[in-house]
Amino acid sequence: MALSNSLNSTMTTHRAPIVIGFLTMVRKETVRIFRIWSQTLLPPVVTTTLYFAIFGTFIGSQIAKIDGFSYILFIVPGLVMMAVITSSYSNVVSTFFGAKMQRYLEELLVSPLPNWVVIFGFVSGGVIRSLLVAVLVLLVALFFTHLVIFNLAIIFAAAFLTSILFSLAGLVNGIYAKSFDAINIVPTFVLTPLTYLGGVFYSVDRLPPFFRELSLLNPILYMVNAFRYGFLGISDVSLRTSFIVMVVLICVLLALALWLFQKGNGLKS
Amino acid sequence: MQDTHEPKNKGKTSSNMAHSGTVSAEPALKIEGLRKVYASRDGKEGKGHEALKGVSLTVHAGEFFALLGPNGAGKSTLIGILSGLVVKTGGTAEVCGVDMDAHPEKAKSFIGLVPQEFNLNWFETSLQIVVNQAGYYGISTKDVLPRAEQLLKDLGLWEKRNDQSRTLSGGMKRRLMIARALIHEPKVLLLDEPTAGVDVELRREMWEFLRELNASGTTIILTTHYLEEAEQLCREVAIINHGEIIKKGTVKSLLTNINFVTLLLDTTAPVSTAEMTLLRDYPLTKVDDTTLELKLAPGQTVNDSIRKLSAVGVQIANIRNTGSRLEEVFINLIEKK
Repeated sequence: MALSNSLNSTMTTHRAPIVIGFLTMVRKETVRIFRIWSQTLLPPVVTTTLYFAIFGTFIGSQIAKIDGFSYILFIVPGLVMMAVITSSYSNVVSTFFGAKMQRYLEELLVSPLPNWVVIFGFVSGGVIRSLLVAVLVLLVALFFTHLVIFNLAIIFAAAFLTSILFSLAGLVNGIYAKSFDAINIVPTFVLTPLTYLGGVFYSVDRLPPFFRELSLLNPILYMVNAFRYGFLGISDVSLRTSFIVMVVLICVLLALALWLFQKGNGLKS
Repeated sequence: MQDTHEPKNKGKTSSNMAHSGTVSAEPALKIEGLRKVYASRDGKEGKGHEALKGVSLTVHAGEFFALLGPNGAGKSTLIGILSGLVVKTGGTAEVCGVDMDAHPEKAKSFIGLVPQEFNLNWFETSLQIVVNQAGYYGISTKDVLPRAEQLLKDLGLWEKRNDQSRTLSGGMKRRLMIARALIHEPKVLLLDEPTAGVDVELRREMWEFLRELNASGTTIILTTHYLEEAEQLCREVAIINHGEIIKKGTVKSLLTNINFVTLLLDTTAPVSTAEMTLLRDYPLTKVDDTTLELKLAPGQTVNDSIRKLSAVGVQIANIRNTGSRLEEVFINLIEKK
C-alpha cells in the first residue's frame, strides 16, 4: 500500500458539481432500475396485464360505453397513471430509505452538491422508472385494445408532473421513515385507496352528488383525468384545475423536502 | 492479513517516523466556540446531551493531527460537524479559510471523510463507488478514471474493482472508504477511527500510506483510540473529554511532561503477601501472582527498586513497557478531570 507519485496529477482542474453531480445521480439511479428490472419494471406490467384482462376484457365487455368509449379504452389511461404513481413513489422511497439505512446517503451529504440537486437526483430515478413503466404498460395495452391519442403533449405533461409529484412524496416519506414498516404504510393505506377512488375505473360524474364532491378532494382524480384527457379528450374536471393541482402540490412537496434537507431532519444528527 | 489481495508493497518496512509533511502557517481548519447539543429523547431540539461545549481549535495546513478522547468525548461529533453530517448548535468553523456557514459547498469540497462505520452501497462495485463519489464533486468519469485506477491500485483494491462492496473483507472496505475519500483530492482528510477492527499488519501498512499522503501535502486529522497510532503518526494532538479540549500540543511536548513512567515486571515465581509487605515503601503494585507494576516518579530509578526486589528474594525474569507513552499522558489527564 503506497501512494503513487503521479497521483495528484491525473485529473483536470475543471469541475462542475451541479451538472456532473446530477448526471451522476441520474446514471446511478438508471443503472439500479435496469439492474433489478424484475423488481422495478416487471411487476407493474404483470399487474396491469391482469387488470386489462379481467376488468377490461372479461368484465369490461359487459359494461356500457362511457362517453362513447369502450370500458377498456376508458380504463387504460387510469391504469397507466396508477402504475406511474406507484412506480415513482416506491422507487424514491426505497432508494432513499436504503441509502439512509446503509448510510451511503452520507456520500451525498458530505459532498458539495447543493440540497436541491440531491433532491432532483433522487426524483430523477422515480421519473425515469415511472415513464419506462408507462411505456411498457401502454405496449401491453395494445394487446387488448387500440389506443386513441387526443393530445400527446398533455399525456406527457400529466405523466411527467405526476411522476415528479409522487417521487417527491416518496422522498419526504423516506426522510421521515425510521423503519421499513414506515415506508409501506403510505402506499398501503393512503396511495392505493386514493388511486382506486381517483376515477381509474369509473367516471366520478356517475357518482351520487355527495360522493362526487368528496372525490374532488382526492388529488389523484385530477392526475388521472388530465392523463385521460390527453388520450380520449374527456375529463370529469377541468384540465386547467388538474394542472394547477399538480403544480401546487409539487411546489409544496419540494419546499418541504428542501426544508427537511436544510434542517437535517431525519438525515443528520 | 486475511485479504486475498495484498497491497502492492506488502512487507515494506515501516519508517516509524511521525509526521513527515511540511506544516504551513496557514490554518487548514479553524474552529471557534463549536457547540453541539443533541435533541432530547422526547425529540426536543437542543435539550439533550451537550456533546461539544465551545471547542476552539486550529490545525495548520500540512499537519498530521490526532484528536484523542474516550468514548463519548465528542470526537465523532466534531468530525461530523466538519463533514456536514451533524448540525452544530453554535460556533464557527473554517476550512482552508472558507466559512462553513457562508459557503458550505465550497468548504465541503476541501474535505474528504473516512467515517468510523462502513457506509458503502452494498450493491455497487469498488470502481463504481469511487467514480460516483468523484461525480458528486463535479469530476467527470473520463477525468477521474486514471486517478481511480491509481488509487485502487495503491490501496491494493484494483483486482476487486468489479466486485460489489458487500463481498469485500473488513480491511478492504476500510481501504475502499479511504480511496473514496481521496478521489477528489481533498486538502483536508478526516479519519474517524481509521484502523478500528483492522489487523496489526494492515494497520501498519495504512499508517505508511497515510504518512506518504501527509508528506504529499494533505492535512490529516484523525480520531483514534489507539494511542500508539497518534504517537506514531502525528505531530500535534488534542485531548478531548466531556466535550472540551483539555490538552493540546505537540506529541513531543506532551511526552516530555510525563511525570511518571510505568513498567511491568515479570517475576520468576509468585510474589507472596509477605514479600509485598517488605516492598511497601517502593512504588510497586501487584498486578497478578507473577506480575508487578512499577510506577516511577521523577527522581526515582529502576535500580533502587530492582535492588530491593533482589534483597527480598524476588527475581525478575522480564521488564516490559506498559504500552504507549502517550497513553500515560492521556490516562493521567482524563483521571484528573
